[in-house]
Amino acid sequence: MSGDHEDASISRRVRRLETLLEEKGVVTAGAVDEVLDAFLAGASPANGARVVARAWTDEAYRARLLTDGTAAVRELGFMDGSFQRLRVVANTDATHNVIVCTLCSCYPLGLLGPSPGWYKSEAYRSRVVREPRSVLAEFGLQLPTATDITVWDSSEETRYMVLPRRPDGTESLSEDELAALVTRNALIGTAAV
Amino acid sequence: MPDRFPPGTRVRTFLHDPPHHTRLPRYARGRSGVVVEPEGRAELADASARGSGDAPVEQVYAVRFAARDLWGEGDHHVVLDLWESCLEACEEEHEKGAADER
Repeated sequence: MSGDHEDASISRRVRRLETLLEEKGVVTAGAVDEVLDAFLAGASPANGARVVARAWTDEAYRARLLTDGTAAVRELGFMDGSFQRLRVVANTDATHNVIVCTLCSCYPLGLLGPSPGWYKSEAYRSRVVREPRSVLAEFGLQLPTATDITVWDSSEETRYMVLPRRPDGTESLSEDELAALVTRNALIGTAAV
Repeated sequence: MPDRFPPGTRVRTFLHDPPHHTRLPRYARGRSGVVVEPEGRAELADASARGSGDAPVEQVYAVRFAARDLWGEGDHHVVLDLWESCLEACEEEHEKGAADER
């Protein structure tokens, strides 16, 4: 996938808006950065990985996570006070899930951290709903033809996160060791664990 | 108030191309799919994006579409979040298609 995206012009517009807001006294200098820093400090794919590791080691938690994702991740201290809803979709032997936002760039930021450039690219957004098998193969994920692929296109306040399959041979690993195996792309669905 | 479309209902999206913001992507217009679940009620973004202070609040549904109903080919599925007013229940003849697909 191409990593191209047009961040530069957007960045210029945002900086200009921020300057105007500061000049007009709507926000104090640095206030926007402080809010963003505070939010992003806690936003990382390590959060999603912790949720996955818990679901892999605790059947009851897994069931709660798949029934009501928002409530289940709040048990672990994530998405507190968020107005968004989380829907976790589980990969199985027969089905693979992958997430996208075709209209813009909706993403479970608190659990996955800032989204990668390709997630926001027109190429990914337009192609993954049309030919997910080819797109996943380009990410290095070759799925058997018998595996049904479901693409979750987020357009409202629900955010989606993939619960990957637990790899074989990991029975002896601790929850922390399991969490360390889970990558950001596995939480998006463009990789397996 | 009960939801208009319980899970499993075969629905069709509207076909028209509104001259304003909409959260119904072009690729899914006039297509039929099956309701997965209600997601909760939300202001209709098609109205609130136009600065309307009194946008209607509607149920939003996750709707599952077969790739071949969207693109004419493909063996995958796409699930999309859609506001109730984007959807209408399909006629009976479509029910059979829904059953065949499962």
